[in-house]
Amino acid sequence: MRTVLKLASLLILATAAGLAHSADGARQFDRDAGRYVDVAVADPYLELHTGAGASYPVFRVIPRGEHIEILFRRTDWFKVRDDHDREGWAHRDNMQETLLASGEKLPLEDLSHRDFDIWPWESGVQSGNFGGGNVNSIYVGYSLNPNLATELGVSQTLGRSANGVLAVLGLTHSPRPDWRLAPFVQLGSGVIRIQPKATIISPPERTEQVAYYGAGVKWYLSRRFILRADYRSYVLFTRRDTNEDRNEWKAGFAFFF
Amino acid sequence: MESRLRVLLLIVCALALGGCSMWPFHKKQRAEELPVEATSAEGTAPSVVEPQVARRTVKTPKIKNSNFEIGPYIGTYSAEDFGVNPVLGARLVYHISEDFFAQGLIGRTTVGLTSYERLSGGAQLLTDSQRKLTYYSLDFGYNLLPGEVFVSPRRAFNSALYVTGGVGATHFAGDNRFTVAIGAGYRLLLNDWLAAHFDVRDSIFDENLLGTNKTTHNLETGLGVTVFF
Repeated sequence: MRTVLKLASLLILATAAGLAHSADGARQFDRDAGRYVDVAVADPYLELHTGAGASYPVFRVIPRGEHIEILFRRTDWFKVRDDHDREGWAHRDNMQETLLASGEKLPLEDLSHRDFDIWPWESGVQSGNFGGGNVNSIYVGYSLNPNLATELGVSQTLGRSANGVLAVLGLTHSPRPDWRLAPFVQLGSGVIRIQPKATIISPPERTEQVAYYGAGVKWYLSRRFILRADYRSYVLFTRRDTNEDRNEWKAGFAFFF
Repeated sequence: MESRLRVLLLIVCALALGGCSMWPFHKKQRAEELPVEATSAEGTAPSVVEPQVARRTVKTPKIKNSNFEIGPYIGTYSAEDFGVNPVLGARLVYHISEDFFAQGLIGRTTVGLTSYERLSGGAQLLTDSQRKLTYYSLDFGYNLLPGEVFVSPRRAFNSALYVTGGVGATHFAGDNRFTVAIGAGYRLLLNDWLAAHFDVRDSIFDENLLGTNKTTHNLETGLGVTVFF
């Protein structure tokens, strides 16, 4: 318990240091000129919220023509600073109507569909059933084009008689990525490390090559966020006479970045 | 032989898939969307004066994204039957939207003695290494109540009360156990890049240390800081 208290006080100190750092800063707008993207408001006005969310109140309105610096972006919200050094959060839809020094609109991603050029990466978490046991998996995918993606996945299988770790590399082909409920087929291979659970006779751990084919569906809930369900049929190439088969069902969520 | 045939078939399928993806149907769609360029009737007229204007190239700095959070936490972990013990962990959060986030947690604690072990004197249910409990959890989170905390008339911190749910595994007593975890937490944004967290979690998993399977609820509290990047 004493170590917990010590570490807690360290955390509080670190927090205080962070606060002290944030306290300084006069006329940052001029000092940081050129460091951040500078845009002019082109809409009749730009609303600044106190936080990165629609429920945070609007505390300032910046009229058309005034310049703001874009400090950074978090989800769909931009932290901006006006020339009076007042900082606030503006929503993406509002920011779309701001102009760069060149007179062009601030280039932002297309909202009508997933933009594979801006968000080629997909990552997700799934859980389900693998050969009768539980399975947890995470994966990262990279879209080569709107139809084809490569995926790297790592799964932990937690069965009654054996646990295992599975690492696979595969291809996913989506014939209609523009559909809201987009089906896909997949294919890949990898390795599995099987750790049998200790019983009276404990068989040794073994590593086998695996290959799989499967199908699934992605449900685009928003342009950044999907639900995804997969079925995969695995073949374990064993050193014995017969190969082993495993079926896997899993579902989870994923996002693009 | 069978496996070789399968590998061959897999390769054929992989090539076929790759081939399908080359089919440029999406490009055809884009081409249809493009507006038809206006062509002048006279064609291109020779310009009298060649404009000597050097086009100014404006380089737009990239807007920094700050959707990830990473940081350590400390707290207490109450392993059912094994007492309350300090836990140390780390978290990585990705904010998908203003409402939703995904997070991965990894934590470690060393569990104590059961009442049975204390009362019986010498009897030990687990070895020292089996008392090390390590877990990971992959969660989905929802910012249920975003808000502001007013610490003085001129200063306010943004905050959020969030709920999480996820799956993971707990390595304990020589075995990995499938774990479902639900939790709630409070995030206080101290500035643009630093946040403090307070979390309460319940990790639910089955164990069979005494021969029969039973579901255990393991409550955890944690205090942590994260850095946004």
